Amino acid sequence: MKVVIKQNPSPSVLANVIAFMGSLGAALLVAALILWSQGVDPLHAYARIFIGAFGSFYGWSETLTKAIPLMLCGLGLAVAFRSSFWNIGAEGQLLLGATAATGIALFVPIAGPSLLLLMILAGFLAGAAWGLLPAIFKGKLGANEVITTLMMNYIAMEIVKYLVTGPWKGATQFGFPYTDRFPSAAQLPVLAGTRVHYPTLVIGFALAVLLYVILRRTKLGYKIRVIGDNPHAAQYAGISYTRTILAVMIISGGLAGIAGVGEVAGVRHLLTTPEQISQGYGFTAIIVAWIAMRNPLAVIASSIFMGGLLVGGDVFQTSLGLPFQTINVFNGLILFFLIVGQIFVNYKISLRGEE
Amino acid sequence: MPLLDLATDAMIAAIRVGTPLLLATLGEIYAERSGVLNLGVEGMMLTGALAGFVTTLWTGSPVLGLLAGAGAGGLMALIHAFLSISLRANQIVSGLALTMFGIGLTGVLGRRFVGIQLARRFYPIIIPGLSEIPVIGPLFSSNAMVYLSLALAVLLWFVLFKTKLGIEIRAVGENPAAADALGVNVYLIRYLCVTIGGVLAGIGGAFLPLGKPLSWTENMTAGLGWIAIAITIFAMWRPGRAIFGSYLFGAMLWLAYRLQPYFASNILNMAPYVLTIIVLLLGTREILRKRIGAPSALSIPYRRGER
Amino acid sequence: MEPAEPVLEMKGITKEFPGVLANDHIDFDLRQGEIHGLLGENGAGKTTLMNILYGIYQPDEGEMWVRGKKVTIRSPKDAIELGIGMVHQHFKLAYPLTVLENVVLGSPVPFFSPLREAEKRINELAEKYKLQVNPRAKIWQLSAGERQRVEIIKALYRGATILILDEPTSVLTDREIADFFTVLRGMAKKNCAIVLITHKLAEVMALSNRVTVLQLGKVIQSVQTQKTSQPELAKAMVGRDVIFRLIRVPAEKGKAVLDVKDLCAYNDKGLPCLKNISFAVHEGEIFGIAGVAGNGQRELVEVITGMRRATHGKIFISGKDMTNCQTRKIAEIGVAHIPEERIDMGIVPNMSVAENLILTHQPIGSGGFLDYKHITRNADKLISDYKIATPSVQTPVKLLSGGNIQKLIVARETSVEPRLLLASHPTYGLDVSATEQIRRLLLKQRAQHTAILLVSEDLEEIMMLSDRIAVMYEGAIMGVMDAERAKSEELGLMMGGVKP
Repeated sequence: MKVVIKQNPSPSVLANVIAFMGSLGAALLVAALILWSQGVDPLHAYARIFIGAFGSFYGWSETLTKAIPLMLCGLGLAVAFRSSFWNIGAEGQLLLGATAATGIALFVPIAGPSLLLLMILAGFLAGAAWGLLPAIFKGKLGANEVITTLMMNYIAMEIVKYLVTGPWKGATQFGFPYTDRFPSAAQLPVLAGTRVHYPTLVIGFALAVLLYVILRRTKLGYKIRVIGDNPHAAQYAGISYTRTILAVMIISGGLAGIAGVGEVAGVRHLLTTPEQISQGYGFTAIIVAWIAMRNPLAVIASSIFMGGLLVGGDVFQTSLGLPFQTINVFNGLILFFLIVGQIFVNYKISLRGEE
Repeated sequence: MPLLDLATDAMIAAIRVGTPLLLATLGEIYAERSGVLNLGVEGMMLTGALAGFVTTLWTGSPVLGLLAGAGAGGLMALIHAFLSISLRANQIVSGLALTMFGIGLTGVLGRRFVGIQLARRFYPIIIPGLSEIPVIGPLFSSNAMVYLSLALAVLLWFVLFKTKLGIEIRAVGENPAAADALGVNVYLIRYLCVTIGGVLAGIGGAFLPLGKPLSWTENMTAGLGWIAIAITIFAMWRPGRAIFGSYLFGAMLWLAYRLQPYFASNILNMAPYVLTIIVLLLGTREILRKRIGAPSALSIPYRRGER
Repeated sequence: MEPAEPVLEMKGITKEFPGVLANDHIDFDLRQGEIHGLLGENGAGKTTLMNILYGIYQPDEGEMWVRGKKVTIRSPKDAIELGIGMVHQHFKLAYPLTVLENVVLGSPVPFFSPLREAEKRINELAEKYKLQVNPRAKIWQLSAGERQRVEIIKALYRGATILILDEPTSVLTDREIADFFTVLRGMAKKNCAIVLITHKLAEVMALSNRVTVLQLGKVIQSVQTQKTSQPELAKAMVGRDVIFRLIRVPAEKGKAVLDVKDLCAYNDKGLPCLKNISFAVHEGEIFGIAGVAGNGQRELVEVITGMRRATHGKIFISGKDMTNCQTRKIAEIGVAHIPEERIDMGIVPNMSVAENLILTHQPIGSGGFLDYKHITRNADKLISDYKIATPSVQTPVKLLSGGNIQKLIVARETSVEPRLLLASHPTYGLDVSATEQIRRLLLKQRAQHTAILLVSEDLEEIMMLSDRIAVMYEGAIMGVMDAERAKSEELGLMMGGVKP
C-alpha cells in the first residue's frame, strides 16, 4: 500500500479557506475529546472561551491587548516566511526590543512624547539587530537559520534575566526581579478602561497595510517573493540573496522588537523575567503567520483570532480549573491540522496498491 | 576542601541533569543523522515524563514507567515521521506543533498528579571502590537509569559506526538518492530513526519524575528538549561527544544556579547556546564541514526521481 | 583474433518517449573481454539504450540475452543479479563515509562487522584490477579519479562482469585519464566486458575493440575499431543527408559586441573547465557553439553572465570590461540570457505570468515601487506578440506548458532589445511548432542587429541558425568556421576531440 501524492498546482482561495475551516474543526474536535476526558464539558468550555474573548467589551479589550504583539510578530514572520527564511527567533527579538525600550525609559531623561518615540525606535533597532545576526550567518556562511534564531532566543532570555536580577533591578521592588516602574512619560497610553495600548495597535494596522503594499508592489517585495519561491531564479536574475535576507530580517526582527516595546511600555510598565513579558508570543506568532498564509492583511484577522485563544487560556485558568498551558493543546492541534489540511489542498493524495 | 567538593557536586548535578539530556540528544542524533529535523523533542520529553510518572504511580514499577515514557515519545515521533517523511510537510512546523501540543497536553492531563509522591524509585547502585574516587565517584553510585543511558550511548555509537544499519542511516542522511539507487529503503530508515528519537526522548523525559523529586510538576522539562537539540550540534552528531556535551551543559546549568548569589551566572546559562552557534558556524567552513558539519540532506524531504 | 562468445545481445530494441523515438530497432552485442565503444551525440540514444540494459527503463519492443539466456530486466536489481554494473557520469557517493562503507551500502553484509569480509574482497578486487584506493579513506578526501574507482569497485563487488561506463573521462584530469586507460585495458584482459559510452573519438580509437555509432536512435555503423578511422566515425556520428537552412538575409555584421579573451575558469568540482577561450560575437550575427554537453559550454555562459568567476582573461561587452561583474550590472548594459534550465532557473513557478515577464528587467516607478500598469501592459503585449498560451496574465506560470514557458522566457529576454543575447539550448524538449517559433524569433533578433551567442547540443540547429560556428571540446575551442562552409564531418571530428 503506497501513499501517492501528486501535485495539484492551483488551489483556489476557497479551497484554502475550506481547508482552514476543516483544520480548525478537526483541532476543536480532538481538543474536545481531551477536555471531555478530564471531566470538562467541551461545548461549555468553548462557549465560555468565545464569550470570554469576544462576548464583552472587557473580553474584546483583552483579546486586542494580546493581539497586538501577535500581530506585530506575525507580520514580521509573514515577511520572513515569504522569503523562506525560517525565523524561529521572534521571541528573542521581542525581548531585545523590550530591553532597549526599558533602557531608554529608565535612563534617558527626556520628557514628553519624544521619549516614547525614541523607545519605539530603539526597540525596533534592537530587534532588528538581533534578527540581523542569523541573517548574516545564513547569507555569508550558509548556517541553518532555524538553529541560530532558536538559540538566540535563549541568549536573549538570559540577557533579560541578568538585567532584571542585577544592574537594572528596581530599588523600589523589594528585591524581586523587576525594574523600577517606567516614568509616566514612558508609558504608552491605553484606551479608556482597557489595557489596549493603542499606539502600537495603530502601528500594527499601518504596518500590515504597508507590508502588504511592499510585498505586492515594490521591487523589494518582488525580490523577497522570488527568493522565497526559487532561489536559483533569483541568482539568474541578479537578485542578491544576502542583501535581500538582511532587509527581510531587519523588518522581521524590528517588528518583533516593537512588539516588545509594546509589552513593557504598554502593558507592564517595567521589565521583568522573560516569561512574564511574553507569553510565548514569538512562537504563537508562527501560527498567526501560518494561518494567514503569510499575507500581511490576513495577519490582522489571524492575530485577533489567536489573541482570543490566548484569552481563552485565562478563561481556562479562572473559570474551568485548567492550567493556562491548555491553550497549547489548541495551538499545537491547530498548527498540526493546518499543515495536514494544506497538504490535502495542494496535493491530491491517493492510496494505491502495489504496482 | 571546598574546590573538590564543588567539583564533586558539579559532577552529581552533571549526571542528574545530563542523563535526560543525553538520552534526548542520542535520539535527536539518530533522527538528524537520517536527515530529519525533529523540533518536537521538548514535547516528546514532557509526554514521556508524564506517562512515566503516571505508570509508575499506578503500577508501582519504575521500569514500566520507563517503558511507558518510551511508548509515549515514540507515538508522538511516529506522527512527526508521517508528516515529515510520507507527507513531506515542513519539518520545522511539524515539530513545533508537536512540542506545543505536548506542553499543553501534559499540562491538562497532569494537573491532578501534581504533588503526589512516588513510593518506588530507582535506587542507586553503588560500585564499591570506584565510587570513593573524588569528583568522578558519584558516577559509580548512580541509579540504574544513569548506567542505562551510558550503555545506550555506547550501544548507539556502535550501531551508528560499526554496523550495517549505521552505514545505511548515515548514507540516507548524506545522499538519499545514492542510497536509494543501491536499494536502501530511505523511508523506512528515516521512520526508524525518527521513532528512535521519540522513544529516547520519552525515556529521557521519564527520568525526570522518577529521579530526585519523585513527583510531577507542570512543564517539568523546562527547556531541556531545546538544549538537547543544541547538544546534538555541539556534539557534531556523534554519540560519544554527546556524553561529554550533555554532562558539560548539565554542569554549566547547575553551576549557573549555584553561583547565582556570587556573580551573574547568566553567562553560564548562555554558554550552551553560544557554544552551539559557534560550532554550527565552524561547521559551515568547507574544510570542516565534512568532519563536523550537519548531514547534508538534513531537513530536506526526499522524493524519488527528483533531480 | 577469433570473436569471443557474446555475453550480451540486444535485438530490435525500441523505446519511445512522448514526442521522440529514442531507440529505433537497435541491435547491439557485447563479447567477452572486449571494450565496445558506444558513440554518438547527445540525444543519439546511447544513454537510453544502456538505461534499458540496466533496468531503469523497459523497452517497447525488442529482446535481450545475457550469456545465452533470454532475460527481462525490470529494475537495476535484476540487472545487478545478472552481473551488469553501471558507473554513471555523476557519482552517487556519500562523502563523509569511507570507501568501504560506500561500496557495501545496500548489499547483503552481516549486521555486525559488516566490513571485515568486504574489506578482504575489495582488496582482492582492487589488486586484481589495479584499482588502487585506500579502503578506509573518506570519499571527500579522494580525487575524482579515485572516486571513479570506488564506483567501479561498487559494481565489481556486486559481481558485475558486464560494465557500462557513461562518459567516464569527463571528470578526470589528463593524468588520471592515462591511468584510467590502463585500468580499463587490464579489466578487459581479465574477461570483463565493457561498454564505453563516449563522444570522444580519440578515446574510442585508443581503447575500444569495436565501436557502434548511434544517430537519432538508429545504429549507423558497427565496426571493428581497427578497420575504421576518426573521420569515418565523425561522419557516422553527425553526418546527415539533408540539412536545410532557414531562409535568411546574409549577415550584416557590425562591430564586435562580445569579445572574450583568454578566458579561464574552474567548474564545481574544482577542475579547469575553460582553457584560454577567445572569440568574438558581432552585431547582427548568430555565433553558434557546438559540442557535446559537458565540455564547458554551460560554464562559459555562466562566466559571461557573472554567475561564475573567471580566474583569468577578460570579457568585453560593447567595449566595456565586464569580467567578473555582478549579474545585475551585466544585464543593465544590455545582455539578455535564455537559461539552459528553464524551469529551475528561468521562472518563478508560483508567480504570475505578468510578474515573470519582468524577472530580469524590473520596471521601476518612483520610490522603489514597481510600475504595475506597465507590467500588465507589457504582459498583454508580449502574450499576443509571442502567442503565449495562457488563461490570463495573472495565471501562475507553473501551470503553463513547457513550450509556453520557454516562449515566455524568450519573449522576456528579446523584448528588451538587448545588445547581446545568450541562448542556451533554447529549443530543447519543445514540440515542432514551438521550436520553429523560437528559431524564427532568434533570426528576427539577428535582423535587428543583436549579437547572439547560441549554445546547443542540436548540431542541426546550430548549422541551421548560425553565421559562424565554434566547437568546444574539453574547455577549449577546437575551431571556428563560417557556417556556409562548415561540413558536418569536420564538425563531428572537432566535437569528438580531433583538431582539423
